[in-house]
Amino acid sequence: MVCAGAGPAGLAAAVEAAKYGVEVVVYDENDRPGGQLFKQIHKFFGSREHRAMERGFDIGNSFLSEARELSVEVSLNSVVLGIYENGALNVMIRDRIEHVKAQCTLVATGASENMIPFPGWTLPGVIGAGAAQTMANIHGIRPGKDILMVGSGNVGVIVSYQMLQAGCQVAAVIDAAPEIGGYAVHAAKIARTGVPFFMSHTIKEAHGKDRVESASIIEVDEDWKPIPGTEKQFDVDTVCIAVGLNPMNQLLRMTGCKIVDSPVLGGKVPSHNLNQETSVKGVYVAGDASGIEEASTAIIEGRIAGLAIACRLGYLDEPEFLKQREVQLKSMVGLRSGSHGETRGKAKQYLNDTMRMQA
Amino acid sequence: MRIEEHPILGVFEKGPKVHFTFDGKTMEGFTGEPIAIALRSNGVLIHRYTAKRNEPRGMFCAIGRCTDCIMVVDGMPNIRTCIEPLKEGMAVETQHGNGPDLSRGKP
Amino acid sequence: MAADSTKTGFLSQKELKDGKGIPSETRRRKGAVAVLECLEDIPCNPCESSCKYDAITVGEDITTPPVLTEDNCVGCRSCLPICPGQAIFIVDESLPDNMAAIEMPYEYRPLPEKGETVIALDRAGQKIGEAVITAIKQTKKMDQTATVIVELPREWSMTARAIRLKR
Repeated sequence: MVCAGAGPAGLAAAVEAAKYGVEVVVYDENDRPGGQLFKQIHKFFGSREHRAMERGFDIGNSFLSEARELSVEVSLNSVVLGIYENGALNVMIRDRIEHVKAQCTLVATGASENMIPFPGWTLPGVIGAGAAQTMANIHGIRPGKDILMVGSGNVGVIVSYQMLQAGCQVAAVIDAAPEIGGYAVHAAKIARTGVPFFMSHTIKEAHGKDRVESASIIEVDEDWKPIPGTEKQFDVDTVCIAVGLNPMNQLLRMTGCKIVDSPVLGGKVPSHNLNQETSVKGVYVAGDASGIEEASTAIIEGRIAGLAIACRLGYLDEPEFLKQREVQLKSMVGLRSGSHGETRGKAKQYLNDTMRMQA
Repeated sequence: MRIEEHPILGVFEKGPKVHFTFDGKTMEGFTGEPIAIALRSNGVLIHRYTAKRNEPRGMFCAIGRCTDCIMVVDGMPNIRTCIEPLKEGMAVETQHGNGPDLSRGKP
Repeated sequence: MAADSTKTGFLSQKELKDGKGIPSETRRRKGAVAVLECLEDIPCNPCESSCKYDAITVGEDITTPPVLTEDNCVGCRSCLPICPGQAIFIVDESLPDNMAAIEMPYEYRPLPEKGETVIALDRAGQKIGEAVITAIKQTKKMDQTATVIVELPREWSMTARAIRLKR
């Protein structure tokens, strides 16, 4: 089994498959595994089975130890360049290219950040929310002194809190939408330190000669049109963009698998069945690459893919596989419920349905 | 800029302290950390100027994907400084446009 | 018309009144009790699992906001550092001289010191007045979530929800 991506979905799949004896190689383009997991320094939600109360980096470390114990090969600085017919892949490992043949392939390459262009967006000091996390939680440096956060989804409010923990000031959190997108408790944590929220506001401009020196925002009406005269200015040296994620599944498009447009899930995503298998036999997808959700759902999807692959390769018999899959699917139900999770759950259901519609 | 003690992560483990130069000026950083991080800790945010309009650019994604942070390092242009590890004695320069032309046998 | 938490980021008095995790004044006067300020239907139940006194109920559907059975709550504070949303506080209005004690989660540095005077903030981060730190707690089990206990006038017990260091 080859897995592209050593984030939560990929690692969970690798560990699960390896438990049953599957030989697994995980490729990751970064110089360290874990995807976005190691930047998550907050305690996860959910229930005990969802590893609630554990911090992201602790979960990441435990996956890595398990992977090591099960002799899963994790190859870093390795970019999967393409997936071809019959399970062939080309992988660029540092400066050489390897041709690999896999019986089953899992694409768990996560997502990339969206961006909104605005005057001044290219100025040094305008950074993605992921960059702010990387700088503070991986490299131990404050991205700036005073931050304006654009976007109030979970990424925006969680990263804002992490910026406060890093010792930065957060001047405000803004969102063009009329309501805060993230969890109320995440918003409450930063509101109680005095961070104001400006809903129905968008970023107008980042000002500065060689770097961000200030930023202005403007109110928008129900049709998202800026309302003149409602500009507000903030003296910040950093503008952090948290306007959504886009599934990074270009590798899958090479395989010719069925791709569906799902705005709820963040963009174009591959159809897949309950085993996380795409319309191309032997090619699986899990995690944000199959639709923007959370680390907890990525882990469960990864486990299901790992189990399915173990079964397909003959290491796990079907009745036991179905039993194990049922445990995972049941665990998923809780995460895809409630006002935040329900919409995602329905979108995922649609992906499963489009598989069944396939001739 | 550097976080001394993080409430959750504690003290950040860094390699040995090293010296490098930025546009000829000597600066300090830690072995193995991305060049861009060492620069930022010294207050440097501008990494390059664009070819057409000579506009300043710096780190944006911090994970080696957007290439806004590229600089000339030890004479080589287009180095993604947000993922390139710092080494003792490195010479880091602001990249102007496409940087130095290293092609040989020009027509 | 007061805006609610989806616009401001903090719970309004009206929203709190509808909350099923808020203990009555009678119960608060008897001694330390948990205040669960979690009103949203997100899938999460560590608070229920952590309570040994059957004072917190989430139930089978883990998106249900937690319900407090105030007479079962003994103020043991096991739930406070467990909540990933830092939405639980321990309030004790049984102190003499019309004072109250609030224990709140604290994940910043530097940590305040015992006896230090700090500024008490409300849910909107607005200054209410000064309060004194009477204890700081940090154990391995709490996994980096320290807590602070502040003493302040009883009338602030249900509005003070954060502190700002004066230094």
